[in-house]
Amino acid sequence: MSEHVETPPTRRDFLFGAVYAAGAGGVLASLLPLADTLAPAADTLALASIEVDLAPILEGQAITVMWQGKAVFVRHRTPAEIAAAREADVAKLRDPQTDADRVLRPEWLVAVGVCTHLGCVPLGQRSGQPRGDHGGWFCPCHGAHYDTSGRVRKGPAPANLAVPPYVFLDDTRIRIG
Amino acid sequence: MTAPLSSRATRLGKLIATAVDRLPLSTQIRRGVVDHPVPNSFERWGRLVGSLAAFLLAVMIATGVILAMHYTPHVDHAFDSVERIMRDVSSGWMVRYVHKNGASLFFAVAYIHLFRCLYLRSYRPPRERMWRLGVCLLLLMTATAFMGYVLPWGQMSLWGATVITSAFSAVPVVGERIVAFLWGGYAIGTPTLNRFFVLHFLLPFAIFGVTVAHLGRRRLIKDLFALGIFLAAGCVLVFWFPDHLGHPDNYVPADPAVTPPHLMPEWYFLPLYAVLRAVPDKLVGVVAMAAALLVLFAVPRLDRSSAHGGRPRPWFAVAFWLFALDCILLGYIGAKPAEGVWMIAARLATAYYFLHFLLVLPVLTHVEPAARGRLPGLAATGLKALTVLAAVLAVASPFGGGETLRAQDWSWRGPFGGYDPAQLQRGHQVYSQSCAACHGMKRVRFRELAALGYGEAEIAAFAAARFVTDGPDDEGEMFERPGLPSDAFPSPFPNDRAAMAANGGAKPPDLSLLAKASAGGADYVVAILNGYGEPPPGTEMPSNTYYNIAFPGHAIAMAPQIFDGGFEFADGAPNDAAAVARDIAAFLQWASEPELEARRAMGLRVAVFLLTLLVLMYALKRRDRAVTMPKRRVKT
Repeated sequence: MSEHVETPPTRRDFLFGAVYAAGAGGVLASLLPLADTLAPAADTLALASIEVDLAPILEGQAITVMWQGKAVFVRHRTPAEIAAAREADVAKLRDPQTDADRVLRPEWLVAVGVCTHLGCVPLGQRSGQPRGDHGGWFCPCHGAHYDTSGRVRKGPAPANLAVPPYVFLDDTRIRIG
Repeated sequence: MTAPLSSRATRLGKLIATAVDRLPLSTQIRRGVVDHPVPNSFERWGRLVGSLAAFLLAVMIATGVILAMHYTPHVDHAFDSVERIMRDVSSGWMVRYVHKNGASLFFAVAYIHLFRCLYLRSYRPPRERMWRLGVCLLLLMTATAFMGYVLPWGQMSLWGATVITSAFSAVPVVGERIVAFLWGGYAIGTPTLNRFFVLHFLLPFAIFGVTVAHLGRRRLIKDLFALGIFLAAGCVLVFWFPDHLGHPDNYVPADPAVTPPHLMPEWYFLPLYAVLRAVPDKLVGVVAMAAALLVLFAVPRLDRSSAHGGRPRPWFAVAFWLFALDCILLGYIGAKPAEGVWMIAARLATAYYFLHFLLVLPVLTHVEPAARGRLPGLAATGLKALTVLAAVLAVASPFGGGETLRAQDWSWRGPFGGYDPAQLQRGHQVYSQSCAACHGMKRVRFRELAALGYGEAEIAAFAAARFVTDGPDDEGEMFERPGLPSDAFPSPFPNDRAAMAANGGAKPPDLSLLAKASAGGADYVVAILNGYGEPPPGTEMPSNTYYNIAFPGHAIAMAPQIFDGGFEFADGAPNDAAAVARDIAAFLQWASEPELEARRAMGLRVAVFLLTLLVLMYALKRRDRAVTMPKRRVKT
């Protein structure tokens, strides 16, 4: 390669720069649609909401339903569980949230059953499964403990179990999504 | 002429230019921008096609990898997954159309390259090895393109694959076993689709490897200005005529029970297909088709004349252009029905194809230097003009358009046209009130009606008015529920059998892709709806059918549905039968090509960008070309 000599910029330099910049921009812009295809598609985004019939769930029981490919916990809480959730000192929680902010009706807790640490599904839905130190859920992957409001109390998880958008259609039916 | 300018822009320009000059391949990039004169003739274009092919290979691999991430190689899901790419995956239609038309452009460029090498006799020593590598590339491309065409799993995919794989059954004794081995079953099915998918993914890497050997030490980046012009042509194809080079039947899902009446491959295989059909014997036909490609390997042995290039040999030029014309003729015949005068033409053209290689080339080797004069020169020029004209005519004629339909004046005609929302709303109204009684549209979801200008509440109401099957519920039973915006327009029948039973054995087709899957598109829909009439005297109509002039075979199972004044439109638009038919046709056109407006808008942006880039590069070329460039060695 020849030695580069410093010369004042010319119109020719400008044209070269413009061509290169436009060319690079064009290459980048044509890569964008390729990357764009990997984002969730329109049918995925428009995925139907689901309706859940609460009538068969007895007090103290919980069911797992699938919504947008994720497990959602629906728990019919006992008065003792509700009281435990209400009594917790919110200020001391890692992710401070009152129980009232997390439920529409106190006896029904609806939460996305995905541990906020690294995405495992916590145990505690079925009787006999460990429910952790606070009577909620226990994630066996890395040992996160959730209380009866789905709030993280112990372990590596950074946040409470997410509450999905849902509404009560009537006393025994909810629609999630 | 390069006066110093002290503005910020020039300094920035210099900064960028200096930065690019430090990149690998910087000399090639800089020379690619300015080093060639503006290509203005076939000869100069011809020199570039090799590097264009390399560029297209990169495009095909990039788009192909993305498509593979969304495609499902299963007979039950392949067609649906491709339609999902077209409708739901963001920018999916663009990636697929680039890939689909990229294949056509790839073959166009490869064929131009091939013919240019035949003309310049680039197969002469010491370049025989290069030539044979090129023929290997063509064979690999043929295999890859053939398997790629099977993947969308439309009617042409299935039946094209059936015909070509069945060619192996011509092998004596073990033929049937070879075919069963290729298929992995008793017919083309999921195992076939799966292996074709894997091979279609794999072979391009073999093509890449052979390309590297074929390119040798030649410069990869040649003329970026010419590349820009080529891209502009590709942009017109992708954004305005994405289906022009394909057959509409391939938008009909594959049906192993029905073969399309006019079976034909993609345009780049038409000459080979014509050769196959020209021979009345099965084994000989298959051998002839294979030989038509393989004979290229032998060209360096068949033409041993030591003269350089084609030009000093006028009779060679005549022979070359005759041969090129013959190939185009074969392609044209390949798209015609295999009967009557076309069969005779196919046989003559096939005979001449082989005659050129096996007789004309060897004889010219000995005869050529003797004859000189004006006659062969004039003949060659005339034939050349004729060949170019034939090529242009062949490219302009669309596939599958047998009968001419009255072209309607649609709102989306013209390069910048779009849909008329009011017309689409009327079409949707007629579909809902009438067509939906028999026809579903399983690829169109209620939520997509937003494109017609409906609000969220209206769409929810449209959806809720229809019932869709869902389930199983907690008891394991399927149940009916009102539709949601995310549901597709449901079919009124639970399955195809029920649809046939309720309609005298004729299944009402799903309307999602009807316009796109018919030669003539929306014009065909109008022609069908308005095509009813009294059968000509003496015509025997099958039971439960109606005479329809526009329907293939003229006996349609659907009763006339559209009458003057049959519908009331809120916007007070005309409601005579002709107007209503147009409204439905427009709605079906939208249903089959919902991306049309976005596609043209994107095409416009790409075109403006390419134009800007070309103007800039042209200015550079015109300015001080070769001021700082090392002199290019002149080589032809």
